[in-house]
Amino acid sequence: MKNLNMIFAGFGGQGVLFAGKVAAYAGLIENKEISWLPSYGPEMRGGTANCSVCISDEPIGSPLVTTPNVLVAMNLPSLDKFINTVEPGGTVLIDSSLIDKKVERIDLSVHYVPASAIAEEKGLKGLANMILVGKLFHEVCAANGDFGFCTRETLDQAIQKCVPARKAEMLDFNRQAVELGAACGI
Amino acid sequence: MAIVFQKPHALTDAPLHYCPGCTHGIVHRLVAQALDELGVEGRTVGVASVGCSVMSYDYFACDMVEAPHGRAQAVATGIKRAKPQNVVFTYQGDGDLAAIGTAETVHAATRGENITVIFINNAIYGMTGGQMAPTSLPGQITQTTPYGRDTNTAGYPVRVCELLSTLDGVAFAQRVSVSDVKNVNIARKAIKKAFQNQLDGKGYSIVEVLSTCPTNWGLSPVEAVQWMNENMVPYYPLGVYKDIAEGVKTVK
Amino acid sequence: MKVLMKGNEALAEAAIRAGCHHFFGYPITPQTELAAYMAKRMPKVNGTYLQAESEIAAINMVLGASAAGIRAMTSSSSPGISLKSEGISYMAGSDLPALIINVQRGGPGLGGIQPSQSDYWQATKAGGHGDYQILVFAPSTVQEMVDLVSDAFDLADQYRIPSMILADGMLGQMMEPVELPEEGAKQPVEKTWAACGHENKREHNIINSLYLTPDKLESLVLERYERYEIIKKKEQRAEEYLTDDAELIVVAYGASARVARSAVNKLREQGQKVGLIRPITLWPFPVDTLKKAAAHTKQMLVVEMSMGQMVDDVKLSVDCKIPVSFYGRTGGMIPTPADVQAEIEKLLK
Repeated sequence: MKNLNMIFAGFGGQGVLFAGKVAAYAGLIENKEISWLPSYGPEMRGGTANCSVCISDEPIGSPLVTTPNVLVAMNLPSLDKFINTVEPGGTVLIDSSLIDKKVERIDLSVHYVPASAIAEEKGLKGLANMILVGKLFHEVCAANGDFGFCTRETLDQAIQKCVPARKAEMLDFNRQAVELGAACGI
Repeated sequence: MAIVFQKPHALTDAPLHYCPGCTHGIVHRLVAQALDELGVEGRTVGVASVGCSVMSYDYFACDMVEAPHGRAQAVATGIKRAKPQNVVFTYQGDGDLAAIGTAETVHAATRGENITVIFINNAIYGMTGGQMAPTSLPGQITQTTPYGRDTNTAGYPVRVCELLSTLDGVAFAQRVSVSDVKNVNIARKAIKKAFQNQLDGKGYSIVEVLSTCPTNWGLSPVEAVQWMNENMVPYYPLGVYKDIAEGVKTVK
Repeated sequence: MKVLMKGNEALAEAAIRAGCHHFFGYPITPQTELAAYMAKRMPKVNGTYLQAESEIAAINMVLGASAAGIRAMTSSSSPGISLKSEGISYMAGSDLPALIINVQRGGPGLGGIQPSQSDYWQATKAGGHGDYQILVFAPSTVQEMVDLVSDAFDLADQYRIPSMILADGMLGQMMEPVELPEEGAKQPVEKTWAACGHENKREHNIINSLYLTPDKLESLVLERYERYEIIKKKEQRAEEYLTDDAELIVVAYGASARVARSAVNKLREQGQKVGLIRPITLWPFPVDTLKKAAAHTKQMLVVEMSMGQMVDDVKLSVDCKIPVSFYGRTGGMIPTPADVQAEIEKLLK
C-alpha cells in the first residue's frame, strides 16, 4: 500500500480524535505501522481539534502530518486551515451539513457528506464522525486499492477496540453509523 | 547499683552540637524516650530538616533521612506511603516548617498523613545566626529586624497549632513548652501521644514545642527561659488545640 | 497482540510493570495523562498515587519513598522539572535512585505547551546545584518509552543515581502500537542502605547529602565520579541508521530523530548518501559511536527542537575533526522532514 497520511479535524467534541483512533486501530490489526498524534491544549476544551494518523508498511518517521493525502474536515476553520496542505490527488471528506463552502482546488477528490444531518435524521446524534469513517473506508479501502489498509471486518474489530466497555451500548450505534457512511453514495 | 536514670536507647552517643541552654537537647531526649517507651525504634524513620537540628540524623539512633529545606513533611509522606508499617516523624524548626515549608506542612496536615511532627518554635532562625523567623514576635529584634519586627512591613507571626487545627486532616495538635519540669512532663506526654496516635492509625499529629535560643536572643539560659515565658507564651498559648479521639482516617 | 497506547500512558504502565508502585505527581500539560493513568491504575495494584501540592513536594515524596527502599517516580513537564531540580540534586547527593520523566514543552519561563527539546542542558548538564550527573534516556517511539522505563529503573538502582526519561509533548501525546512486558515479572531489588527501620539488627542507616567537612564531601563526590566513569564506559547507547557509507550523518534524538529519519529516507530514495545517529542515552552521551562515525563520514548535521543545545556534545565527541552544522526549530515548532531534507541538500552542495 501507499503511505496513508491523514488529518481528522473539527471542533472539540465532534469525535475527530476518536475517528482517527478507529482508523489507527484498524491499521494496527492489519499489522501495519501506525501512529496517531492529537493536537492538544486549550483547543481540546471547545475550540478546534485535530489528529494526524499515519498508516504505512514502513516504520513511521514524523508522526506529524504536514502534507496529508486524506483530510476529514468537520468544520469550516479546519477545512480552511488544512485544504491547501493536501497532496495533489488527495482525498477530502467534508461534513457538508456543517460546511457550505465548496473546495476550489480541482486536483483533489472531494466528497461532500451531510454527515451531521444524516446522523440527526437516523437517531445517531453525535456520530457524524463515524459516518465519515464509513465513507473514508469506502473511498480509501474499498474503492482505491493503493490506499487500502483494512478490510470491513478489521474496521469492525477496531470499533470494538475503541468503544470503551462503559459505553458498550454505543457499539451498535457506531456500527450503524459506519454502515451508513460506507453506503452513502454521495 | 540500681539505675534510676539513663540516656534513652534511641539516642546515639554522638555529642550534641547545640549551644549551652538551648532546649533542642531536651526535646531530642523526649522524642527518644517516646520511641523507647513505645518500643518502636527499630521500625522508626526520622526526618531531619534544615536548621539547627539539621544534624539530628546523627543523634537519633533510628534510621534517618535528611530532607531539603522545608520539605521534611513531603519526604515523610513518601516514606510513610512507601512503608506504612514504619513509624515516621519529622523534627523541624520554625523557619523550615512555617516559612519555606508552609505548603508541605499544610498539605501533609490536610491529607491527614499518619505521621508525627515535632515542631520547634524558638521565634528565630538559629543556624544562620539569628534572623527573623515566621514566628518572631512583633517588635522582636533580630539580625534582619534590627529595629524590631515591624508588623506593617514584616507582617505578623504565624500561629501554627491554631492554623493547622482548622484542617480536618489533623488528629492532634498541642502546644507545649520546655521551660520547667512541669512543662517538660506535659511535653513528654504530648510527644508520646503524638507517636501513639500514629501507631493507632489516627492521622496527622503535631506537637509544637516553645523553645529557647539563648545565643541568638542574646540572653543567658536562665533569662532565655524567662523571656520565653513572658513573651512567647502569651502570644502562643499552651494547650491542646485539637484531639480527635477516633482519629481522622476511615481506614486504619 | 500489540495495543495502541499514548506515550504518556505507556510510560505509566511500563513503570508499574517495572515494579514501581509509588507515583507522586502534579498536573502540567503535556504530561497529565501519565498522572491520570496512574490515578486509575495504582489503586488496582495496591500502589500509591498521590497528587502533591507542588512539583517540589512531589519530588521530595519520591526522595522519601526512594530512601525507604522502594521504586518511586514522578513525572512533569519543563517548568515543573525546574521546580524538581532542587530535589534531584538532593537525591544525587544522597545516592538515591528514582525515575523522573520530563515530557518537554517549549520554554523558557511558562513558555508554551507544544513539543520541545529545550531542556537538554537542564537534563544533561545543570538541573540543580552541585557536581553531579543523572542518567538521561531519550526514547523516540512509544515502544522505546516502554522499554527504557524498565532499564532506567534498573540502572538507577544498580548505580544508585536518579534516572530521567527525556521525552517531549509529541511522544507523550502520540499513540503507537506497543508490546508491554509481563506484569509482576520484576522482583524487588534489595536495598541494604535504605532507611526503613533497623529492627535492632544493624547500625542506623542515614540518607543524607550534608557534609560540612570539605575533605569528606570531596571524597564522596570523587567516589560518585568514579561511578560516573563506569557508567560512561558501559552504558552509552545510540542507534545507527544507514551510516556505513554516509557522507553526511544527521544526529538527532527523540521526536526530532523521527523527523530526521523521514528526511534521510527521502534522500536515500534519491541516491544521496546520508545516515542518522540517534543518541538513546543523552548522559552518558554516546561519544564512542560518534567518534567512530567521524572517522568515515564527511560532516554531521545536528537536528533538534531547540536552539542547538546538543551541538557542543557532538562537536566534542568528534574532536572537531569534521564540520558539525545545526538545524532546529524551537518554542514548540516541529521541523518537517522537508525542512531537514532541504538543509541537508544545502550542505551536500
